[in-house]
Amino acid sequence: MALYTLKRVGALTPLLVVISFLTFVLNGLSPMDPAEVVLHAQGVPTITDELIAATRAELGMDRPLLIRYGDWLLASLQLDFGDSFITGKPVWSLLGPALLNTMKLTLVSSLFIVVLSIALGVVCALKEGKWLDLSVRGVSFLLTSMPAYWLAALMVWYFAVKLDLLPTSGMDTAGSYVLPVAVIVIGYAGIYFRVIRSSMLSNLNEDYVLYGRACGMSERKLTLYVLRNSLQVAVSVFGLAIPIILGSTVVVENIFAWPGLGTLTVNSILGRDFPVIQAYVLVLAVAFVLFNTVSDVMNAAMNPRLRKEL
Amino acid sequence: MKLLEKLMKDRLAAASLAVVAATLLIGLCAPLVAPHPPNEANMELRFAGASWTYWLGNDHLGRCILSRLIYGIRPSVLWVLAALGAAACFGAALGFIAGYFRGRIDAVLMRICDVMLSFPGYVMTLAIVGMLGAGLTNILLAFVVMKWAWFARVIRTTVMQYADADYVKFAKVLGIGHLGIMKRHIALAALPEISVIASSSFGSMILQISGLSFLGLGIEAPHAEWGMMMNEARSVMFTRPELMLAPGLAIIVVVSAVNFLSDALQKVLDPKLAVSGKRASVRIGGMLRGLRKKEAA
Repeated sequence: MALYTLKRVGALTPLLVVISFLTFVLNGLSPMDPAEVVLHAQGVPTITDELIAATRAELGMDRPLLIRYGDWLLASLQLDFGDSFITGKPVWSLLGPALLNTMKLTLVSSLFIVVLSIALGVVCALKEGKWLDLSVRGVSFLLTSMPAYWLAALMVWYFAVKLDLLPTSGMDTAGSYVLPVAVIVIGYAGIYFRVIRSSMLSNLNEDYVLYGRACGMSERKLTLYVLRNSLQVAVSVFGLAIPIILGSTVVVENIFAWPGLGTLTVNSILGRDFPVIQAYVLVLAVAFVLFNTVSDVMNAAMNPRLRKEL
Repeated sequence: MKLLEKLMKDRLAAASLAVVAATLLIGLCAPLVAPHPPNEANMELRFAGASWTYWLGNDHLGRCILSRLIYGIRPSVLWVLAALGAAACFGAALGFIAGYFRGRIDAVLMRICDVMLSFPGYVMTLAIVGMLGAGLTNILLAFVVMKWAWFARVIRTTVMQYADADYVKFAKVLGIGHLGIMKRHIALAALPEISVIASSSFGSMILQISGLSFLGLGIEAPHAEWGMMMNEARSVMFTRPELMLAPGLAIIVVVSAVNFLSDALQKVLDPKLAVSGKRASVRIGGMLRGLRKKEAA
């Protein structure tokens, strides 16, 4: 087990280096010269060639790529992502609080998603083919085909405007969590409950269940065994789910004016604030890889068969 | 064609196929089908309700909503399909090469895939759109960049199964070239796999592109696109909520048809996946596919 963990973590380092390099190179993709963007953003009236050259030197862009990458990586490791082109503030002072807000939203939503999809998945697997199973699956299918922002708009219109029950934007009170969390949960629970359900079903078809039944084991006890084995799959699935949800709250945050990563990123994209975008990509990609590794290791801890795969 | 026959036996699948085909056809023939030019503003008709000349009413500039809906098929569905096709071709080609020749080229390609797949899809799209600027072309480009690795990975696994088959070995002995073998013996066998992955990501891509347009990162203003139409309707959401309905329902209908079709296709092509199999690898493979699907939305 220790060996497996070590191997997984060892494989992480080169991957992280490549990811960070790609994120760094991403900046070069832009058709616009960053120096020009900075000058525009600062409202400099006439942009001369000397001014651009001076700004380029100030941004350190006249040095070789690899050296710039090294400096950038070292600074990034200390959470210093440079200054925003638009506000001039350090990127982390914008990104940090936004990340925290998005984390709050993600964790609350994930909690509900886990509980709801395990509950629905187990119930539907036990009632396979009955009307409850069919109707839950039908509804979830429809809900996953629905654009999140459409659902969000409908809910805002109904609960916040018509019934005047809940706040429509911001994150001032506990009530402001209700609508965004509901939209995220509805979007994802439908997917993850299907995973739990199929995992339960395939476990129910295993020989040990048949044997248990033949030995006269009570159905309740059997269900508990099956549930325990099915939850193994759930751990890895939810380990993957959290960073995915973290990255995809963009639309929901924008609708509910949640002061999180999604709102910050879309505004940065529209304002061409490259350092912020770069930091966002790096932070989320690293989070994604770390979560993947953690869930793999947890899975291997629970299921020794998986350790051999590496 | 046997495939089509099998699909037709499933009524839901047949209906979904009809919906998807009709949508594509209407989108292709948009100028012939649409009752009005999509960008024709008519200020007297602002927010007009449904009428015989304007079946679905008019929007905030008095433009015909039905016509905009019809023209919106092009960026929302047709271009997404094109991007998907490009990603599938590119990914499948690299997957073929990796799975068929193995060795060093395989190792290099798969490491690249690992890196590509370690970026969450949405983040990758936002990164590319963020750097290249908002716009439909850049989103489509981002789709191709994001999806090809996924195709390459799956196709490689499939090709590896067939590359060792006796008939392929026999073909090699007969002196048929690599290209000929790939074309005649392997491509056909891998086709079902390609169509299953392609159809399963189609729905999520439609949702994603409309979502980006909704945020103002997609297609530019006068053009009709479903997400864009909802973005425009959003400012009058409280007074005219019905403007959100038409594009929203259009997306739901098309995306659920695509998803149904994809599930039916999977059942027809790979019956093992439909019944709960005992092999863990099959299970996890199916699951990850589901996860990828949702990653976008």
